[in-house]
Amino acid sequence: MSKLLRHTPVEITERQALSINPAKTCQPIGAMYASLGIHGCLPHSHGSQGCCAYHRSTLTRHYKEPISAGTSSFTEGSSVFGGQSNLLAAIQNMFTVYEPEVIAVHTTCLSETIGDDVPQIVDKADKEGKIPAGKHVISASTPSYVGSHVTGFANMVKGMIKGLAQPKTKPNGKVNILPGYVEPADMAEVKRLARMMGVKTICIPDTSGVTNGPLTGEFKMYPDGGVTVAELQDCSNSKGTIAMGFWASADGARYLDTEYKVPCSILELPIGLGCTDAYVDALRTIAGAAVPKEIEFERGQLVDMISDYHQYFYRKKVALVGDPDQLIALTDFLVSLDMLPIHIVTGTPAGKRFTSKIEEITRDIGYKVNVREAGDMFLFHQWIKQDTPDLIIGNTYAKYIARDEDIPLVRHGFPIVDRVGHQYFPTTGYRGGMRLIEKIVDALLSRKERDAPVETFELVF
Amino acid sequence: MTDHATPITPVIFEERADQIHVTGPATGAGETGAASAFDLACNRPSLAGAVSQRACTFCGSRVVLYPIADALHLVHGPIGCAAYTWDIRGAMSSGPELHRLSFSTDLQERDVIFGGETKLYKALVELIDRHQPKAAFVYSTCIVGIIGDDIQAVCKKVSEEKSLPVLPVQSEGFKGNKRAGYEAACKAMAQLAGTADVSDVSPLSINILGDFNLAGEIWVIRDYYERMGLQVVATITGDGRVDAIRRCHGAALNLVQCNGATQPFAKLMQEKYGQPYLRVSYFGIEDMAQALYDVAEFFKDKDPAIMDRARAIVAEEVGALLPKLREFRRDLEGKKAAIYVGGAFKAFSLIKAFRHLGMQVALVGSQTGTKEDYEELAAICDPGTIIVDDSNPLELSAFIKEKDVDIFVGGVKERPIAYKLGIGFCDHNHERKECLEGFVGMYNFALEVHRTVTSPVWRFMPRRAAKAAAIANCTEATI
Repeated sequence: MSKLLRHTPVEITERQALSINPAKTCQPIGAMYASLGIHGCLPHSHGSQGCCAYHRSTLTRHYKEPISAGTSSFTEGSSVFGGQSNLLAAIQNMFTVYEPEVIAVHTTCLSETIGDDVPQIVDKADKEGKIPAGKHVISASTPSYVGSHVTGFANMVKGMIKGLAQPKTKPNGKVNILPGYVEPADMAEVKRLARMMGVKTICIPDTSGVTNGPLTGEFKMYPDGGVTVAELQDCSNSKGTIAMGFWASADGARYLDTEYKVPCSILELPIGLGCTDAYVDALRTIAGAAVPKEIEFERGQLVDMISDYHQYFYRKKVALVGDPDQLIALTDFLVSLDMLPIHIVTGTPAGKRFTSKIEEITRDIGYKVNVREAGDMFLFHQWIKQDTPDLIIGNTYAKYIARDEDIPLVRHGFPIVDRVGHQYFPTTGYRGGMRLIEKIVDALLSRKERDAPVETFELVF
Repeated sequence: MTDHATPITPVIFEERADQIHVTGPATGAGETGAASAFDLACNRPSLAGAVSQRACTFCGSRVVLYPIADALHLVHGPIGCAAYTWDIRGAMSSGPELHRLSFSTDLQERDVIFGGETKLYKALVELIDRHQPKAAFVYSTCIVGIIGDDIQAVCKKVSEEKSLPVLPVQSEGFKGNKRAGYEAACKAMAQLAGTADVSDVSPLSINILGDFNLAGEIWVIRDYYERMGLQVVATITGDGRVDAIRRCHGAALNLVQCNGATQPFAKLMQEKYGQPYLRVSYFGIEDMAQALYDVAEFFKDKDPAIMDRARAIVAEEVGALLPKLREFRRDLEGKKAAIYVGGAFKAFSLIKAFRHLGMQVALVGSQTGTKEDYEELAAICDPGTIIVDDSNPLELSAFIKEKDVDIFVGGVKERPIAYKLGIGFCDHNHERKECLEGFVGMYNFALEVHRTVTSPVWRFMPRRAAKAAAIANCTEATI
């Protein structure tokens, strides 16, 4: 079979000037996704119209849902004289025609570089009466030449808290949940677990019901889901914040802590057994209640499932590519399954914090582990050529490598543009862990069966 | 339940009224304040804040050039521009696959402050050394235009050092919409043309322009022309090769499909080499046949038998196709379609194609149509058809519901809107999975329309389910 990525050599040379086959994308799309998690919010891209079109297309391909967002439609003129008049006109147009509750403006490389001061422009819009009473405009700075889609998400999460949270009044008895850059189904799952623990939550943001809505025969620009403006205004009155995923959630949680004295715990994403335990434990501490039988039951089912198939996990090598928060939790889960996560690449510039954490988790597996932050899929592929794993976990783009090297692929991460399910079924929580086990076992055993000669082709596993 | 989609009047910006037109004796949507005397305003920048379906200059350049499979395509900018255009179109190659990799200088804050020229130089040298491409295209993005990197100078330097064409594409996103990008791409390509020997090119020869070989379409078209006895010198840019483009000035005729994307190239070639061009469309029976007849007509003095060969191809293909289409028509007769596509040229062919299936087009629009395009559209559409330029989701969904259409033809962002409304969809853009060109393409199109329009899933959509129940009740009551 001819190789699609035949241009990838095995030998690795250090590259400083070049990214090949990225394992990240730019900040604004993360900000747009986060904004969709506010009810009645219209995201707005302050830049050229291509940025907005690309983000909407990519999110549409990933979620198979309509994604609406406005753009300042920069022209040559606005790039020279500044985008203020475009943004002012856009704010007025959008409130008049699309009637959102909130407009969430994120910047782009273009508007950042020409020096547009978005908060100042929003102030001006307010003073000029372009923001109707009871409506809001929030913003985040997300130049594309800094960070990645993950930090763009984090910046907008912080932006929505900063822009909407009101000074403390009276305690609301709730817990803020910052679920991280995860799927709508995952956000629903972390809320469900909290509900089972008897904890009332404000989920910031919450795309469940927004980017995985039902077919109703109507096109709704603002689907029913999302954290409401009232909830965001009230999040300063919560008794605590559980932030999941350092890169996607820590900034927002810390802001709430310093600004409104809402104490936070920053956890890993609750993917897999250990990390979900940590989340449940945090909920237990806050609720001051015992873990209910129903949750213990789900946990027991996950452990049961692992025990039933543990022999097939034993020392299977896995290569992972994706976002830093996901990779840490997944690596932890794989190690607990007795698997060997050997190549781990994130495109996000995540620094030593990331690599040290991975090294710490994999310290005792007895196998050389390659880990890279600010890497790309070209390097990932080269590592795979040098030491071939039994399984790849990554987004849709990993399928080129999977095909060329003939390695099974479990899709996880962003974007997934060629399969269905990630919108509707979580990989967080114990049930999410079960879904991951199902996928991994299916991938490994399907491969075993495909390759088995007649005489060793088995019925029962 | 709040419903933002139902009222039609408020969903249209006042400023957009002259970008909407209703043909003939207006019905329904005529009261929306739309342009009544026909003079549709188009090819102007989108209104700030509009949820436009349009893209940028970079996007236009990238889609035109990317199918050139043995060239290096380096995006000079932050990672997003490269990430979102990585192998996005499914443009097929019969040989090299270098175009399906994503190369970016991945500009960081430091580069924005100190300039990205050194980085660009290093990236180019490394990539050229490793991949030995036939040429390199360097795409400029918004940020590069702002920080003022001299990509022309870097390209020139590398070109001299490495002895291959390194072509800057001036595709800064803010320069305009996709159309501006097509022009930048054509300018870059024009630097390649005329740089290789054409002594062995036949006087009976053509270039195929404006086809990107999605789902292998250019192979179908190429086969027809070769069966007519013509030499195909270059396919631009589907299944494209640098060496072929270098020789394309030797062909006797350029065939231009998708007038927006490659017409600027054909015009440049006409000015520089006196190379004539013909506008063609390969979608639908009439247009496909016409595309063959027009070319035969052009070459008939040099080759008197060519028209007979063209007729033979059409007779053979259409003879096999028509009985199959009749099967589909039985189920599709009387159904309604809405069309919203990138370029208006595609809309013409689609309207004719739907007529073959007994279907009526109730709404037609495009992102980048010209005034002439819209005038031509208005002339061929049935009375009451809504014509829009640079539309948005609210507008589109309101019109679709008003006209109660059964299928929407559009691009990636429109698909889920159609599904939410509970109607069928056909991707006639980047994500088409079937070859839709040529006579075989008409069959595939009919199959795709049939597949989606008659899908049982729409029965479960509340609006239709309620309608069906009402009819059932009514029948019961009569009995």
